[in-house]
Amino acid sequence: MRVLVIEDDRETAAFLHKSLKESGHAPETAGDGESGLAMARDGGFDVLIVDRMLPALDGLALVKTLRAEGDRTPVLFLSALGDVDDKVKGLRAGGDDYLTKPYAYTELLARIEALARRTTPEEQATRYVVGDLVLDRLAHRVTRGGESIPLQPREYRLLEYLMRHAGQVVTRTMLLENVWDYHFDPQTNVIDVHVSRLRSKIDKAFSTPLLHTVRGAGYMIRDGNA
Amino acid sequence: MAAAAVALLVGAAVIVSLLLFRDIDAVVTREVAAALENEAASYRLLVGEKGESALAEIVERRDRAVAGGVQILTESSGRRIAGNLERIPAAFAEHPLGAAFQYRPANASATSSGEMRRALGILIRLPDGGSLVLGRDIEVQIAATTRIRMTVFLAFASLALAGLAAGYAASRRVLQRVEAVGATARSIMAGDMRRRIPLSGTGDEIDGLSIDLNRMLDRIDQLMAGLREVSDNIAHDLKTPLNRLRNRAEAALRDASGEMALRDGLQHTIEEADELIKVFNAMLLIARLEAGALQGTTEQLDVSDLARNVAELYEPVAEEAGLRLLVDIADGQTIEANRHLIGQAIANLIDNAIKYSVAHASAAKGAESRRATFIRVGVVADGRDNVAVMIADDGPGIAAADRERVLRRFVRLEQSRSLPGTGLGLSLVAAVARLHHGTVRLEDNEPGLKVTLTLPRASPP
Repeated sequence: MRVLVIEDDRETAAFLHKSLKESGHAPETAGDGESGLAMARDGGFDVLIVDRMLPALDGLALVKTLRAEGDRTPVLFLSALGDVDDKVKGLRAGGDDYLTKPYAYTELLARIEALARRTTPEEQATRYVVGDLVLDRLAHRVTRGGESIPLQPREYRLLEYLMRHAGQVVTRTMLLENVWDYHFDPQTNVIDVHVSRLRSKIDKAFSTPLLHTVRGAGYMIRDGNA
Repeated sequence: MAAAAVALLVGAAVIVSLLLFRDIDAVVTREVAAALENEAASYRLLVGEKGESALAEIVERRDRAVAGGVQILTESSGRRIAGNLERIPAAFAEHPLGAAFQYRPANASATSSGEMRRALGILIRLPDGGSLVLGRDIEVQIAATTRIRMTVFLAFASLALAGLAAGYAASRRVLQRVEAVGATARSIMAGDMRRRIPLSGTGDEIDGLSIDLNRMLDRIDQLMAGLREVSDNIAHDLKTPLNRLRNRAEAALRDASGEMALRDGLQHTIEEADELIKVFNAMLLIARLEAGALQGTTEQLDVSDLARNVAELYEPVAEEAGLRLLVDIADGQTIEANRHLIGQAIANLIDNAIKYSVAHASAAKGAESRRATFIRVGVVADGRDNVAVMIADDGPGIAAADRERVLRRFVRLEQSRSLPGTGLGLSLVAAVARLHHGTVRLEDNEPGLKVTLTLPRASPP
């Protein structure tokens, strides 16, 4: 997908450009707010990565301007400001996600891929299907190979989030933020335990595992044969 | 300052005396003038009965009998007919009705000398063209007013001086104490942070101010100590992992066994870096909490709900560690608080309880090492104004002597040094509590540890 990186630190911009290219995306970079805005206006990007503090026009103002012009391209803010209210400000300005520096590239990649997916109508789907695993959002029911799998409410929401992003890496922080709505550091890897519980319910009795651990990044649900 | 005060007081004294004296002069003049007018009226009657020739007699009698009487009767030509003045005083040319004038007594033997004396008089034009001046010597009155003037001035001046002296004494006392505050401030600036402002013990306003200032100094001292401790600890707790990270990278670079080893080394390096970032974030957060205020980031927060959710988040982890997570939460306890911070605090406490559920190695001297079997998360109303969040376990606990210490930054007890952790978890809880005007208390759960986070329902302004 086409990604616009608006970042004034050249090293960071170059790193993102290289990494995104390696991940199979088509990145372009802008070094300040004004040229970034001009490029974004030309359109055609699937995701914008915007640094909060930029020369010429700061990130918040840039995104506000775009939104005021009706541009709905998903935006991920990057910032060294990590306060909860900084995040809130970023999201209020029209950002869709917020990542605090320093961040892991895998985290950034997972998030922009999730953002790009968000614009597709799949989110509104009533059924998520991965292999023989089916999550029926209307009936609140999960079946695998036709067999019903009973889940706790939280496990259901965890699976729902993973399946909505089927085929994409979902990081622990993304799960914590989106399934639990926590924006703090839970110290130990509590998420891992929840995921392994879920895994034991949906994968254990079956020959093909669907819920995979992506080392150094997070988790991904996908059909093993695909 | 003092000179200005003296000048002001003297000026006031002069103005008051002048006003007073002018009034006294006016009163004296009016009285004398009125008496003379009366006298003149009675003579006018007499002249009506007996004719003008009687006037000379009257004037002569006045010469003889009226003490201080000053008078003269003249013909139209101005020649004196009778009286003890030699001629009509020149002052009447200007003030024909009544005037103050000076005269030399005609009869020098009546008074001690021939000095000029002062008098007040009125001039009456007679129908035959002659003039009559009726006057009165006012030297006595002048002497009296002068005495009054002097007395008033002295009284006022001494009053002013006494007031000034009292004021000076009082302000000197205040100034001395202000100077004591200044001296303390100077010695603190010179580096003696332990100095405090001496109190007079009278409990007055200056004492009140001094107590507040001393409290402020205590708080600054505390913050400085905290800062010192942090910089000391940074050396150890940040440099050690940094060194470890560097070693790993170096070792991976040296390892010649192939790409896998290199990958492994890098992976570990990243993990170390992530740990460091965690420590850094926690440190920054604590620093920000200690410096800042909550304004605008709070909401009406259902702590019961939040605690239940966080407990649920940790429940599988606790179970894996062989612990039962008991939830004993009263419904609907709400406080005015920041959701993320309170959530983080509760998470830290539960996380600690799980992490330290087993006493490690050398920990328990004497007592055999205990293993926790449960963690209890509780939320109850604490009086009308507070909500208490309690995390208790039956694990090894913390020795009474160490309970205060562990709330400080980077303090890790010997027995836990080997476990992963930043040494900032409880400090963060303490900082969150302080920011919300609440408290953290560590107690013996007999056995185990009980941590109580007490938070006010409404955050004070």
